[in-house]
Amino acid sequence: MSEHDLTRRRLLGLGAAGAGGLLLGGCDRLNESAGWRETLHGATALNHRAQRLLMGDALAREFAESDLSSTFRANGSTSVADAVYRAHLASGFASWALRVDGLVHRALDLPLSALRAMPQRTQITRHDCVEGWSAIGKWQGPQLGQVLAMAGLLPAARYAVFHCADRIGGRPYYESIDLIDAFHPQTILAWRMNDAPLPERYGAPLRLRVERQLGYKHAKFVMRIELVASLAGLFGGKGGYWEDHRDYQWYAGI
Amino acid sequence: MRRHGWPTRAWHWLNLLAMAVLFMSGLMIFNAHPRLYWGEAGSEAGQAWLDLWGDDGLPFPGWITIPSAYNLADARLWHFFFAWLLALAWALYLGWNLRRGRLMREVLPRRADLAPAHLWQDLRDHLALRFPRGAAALRYNPLQKLAYAAVLAGLIPLVIVTGMAMSPALDAALRLTVVLGGRATARSLHFLAAGGLVAFSAVHLGMVLLAGPVNGLRAMLTGWYRLPKEPG
Repeated sequence: MSEHDLTRRRLLGLGAAGAGGLLLGGCDRLNESAGWRETLHGATALNHRAQRLLMGDALAREFAESDLSSTFRANGSTSVADAVYRAHLASGFASWALRVDGLVHRALDLPLSALRAMPQRTQITRHDCVEGWSAIGKWQGPQLGQVLAMAGLLPAARYAVFHCADRIGGRPYYESIDLIDAFHPQTILAWRMNDAPLPERYGAPLRLRVERQLGYKHAKFVMRIELVASLAGLFGGKGGYWEDHRDYQWYAGI
Repeated sequence: MRRHGWPTRAWHWLNLLAMAVLFMSGLMIFNAHPRLYWGEAGSEAGQAWLDLWGDDGLPFPGWITIPSAYNLADARLWHFFFAWLLALAWALYLGWNLRRGRLMREVLPRRADLAPAHLWQDLRDHLALRFPRGAAALRYNPLQKLAYAAVLAGLIPLVIVTGMAMSPALDAALRLTVVLGGRATARSLHFLAAGGLVAFSAVHLGMVLLAGPVNGLRAMLTGWYRLPKEPG
């Protein structure tokens, strides 16, 4: 027997013992370890790169009217407590405007009428929630890319950040996407759902549709779009409410 | 005598670890929405073919999930990391076996294996726990071949493909939900395939234990399988 065999045997034994120990209760402790979490996040980075590589500019599937879900589940925040928001809701958002600012040539204040007057995209898509359910809905609104083009991006701009009117546990909801998704043709600011103005529980007056990602990226109650060079300085620095507070993946392609 | 090459052994232990973690983190992910549907979409109780949403908490308890307390985000982190391990290890192992021709020679059932009389005899042997000893144990019997082929060419690729189909990004790229009959169907098949893999693993381990655990485990650790001395 060679030393090589011994080492290998010991290694296998260690591996087996490690596996056993891991499953017998070490998982929770491992789950708290910063180094281990970083290792696990390595797969997130791999997912992001692999998906982008395979996908290119591909469009998400679109469906027919007959495929529309009879019930569209409303998840996350379904109402907004903020008094200013409630006043706008009561008046049908007549005097409300979407703010577009940050790293842009021209900051914009776009009333709902202006967003409705822009070229519209209508799409029937499947909404995939991170929890595992799906529902098919019809969405209409201007492409985000067109809105951003109106504002004119400065060269340093890398991410579009969506500031929302809702709070969860007292903390503001926000989300962000990169410019690849921001300029994807199916990324729209939907003010219409299933041929009616967007109801409150689905994110009135405006909801982001970013069809190749999971539901939590589709920010509701969008008040302001800020163009930034980095996500590090914002709130928890991970680019979104769920990313900051629960360590959800920033890129939610799976 | 030499029985298992190092790729077979490495693959088995890696799979044991990966499948255990994937199963346990998968049950936590299922806990987030414990219903299954057929078709493209589904979210409500009336649409489900399986609804485990009880009034008293989560359907799968903490001792069988990763992590043990409800946490969908962390379960996903574990799940995707070990999913890459499972998928890469499967692809490498399958490629290695195909190149050596071993899969075709030893695992793919032959016509004689599938003769009803032969299968029936093999089934009765299994149920009676009559296991081949010595040199006969080195060849796979018909039920073994069928089970191994079903796992290698059926359940593992199915669990990988249905997992990928649930990704909205990969769905845009590959349209897997079109082939599989919808995202909700893919999720149901993912759950069923995972259940099939756990059932296979349990029976597979049970057979190793019944047929001679020391020799079987030694062979899977070191590669060496001990044949009995010839009587006389």
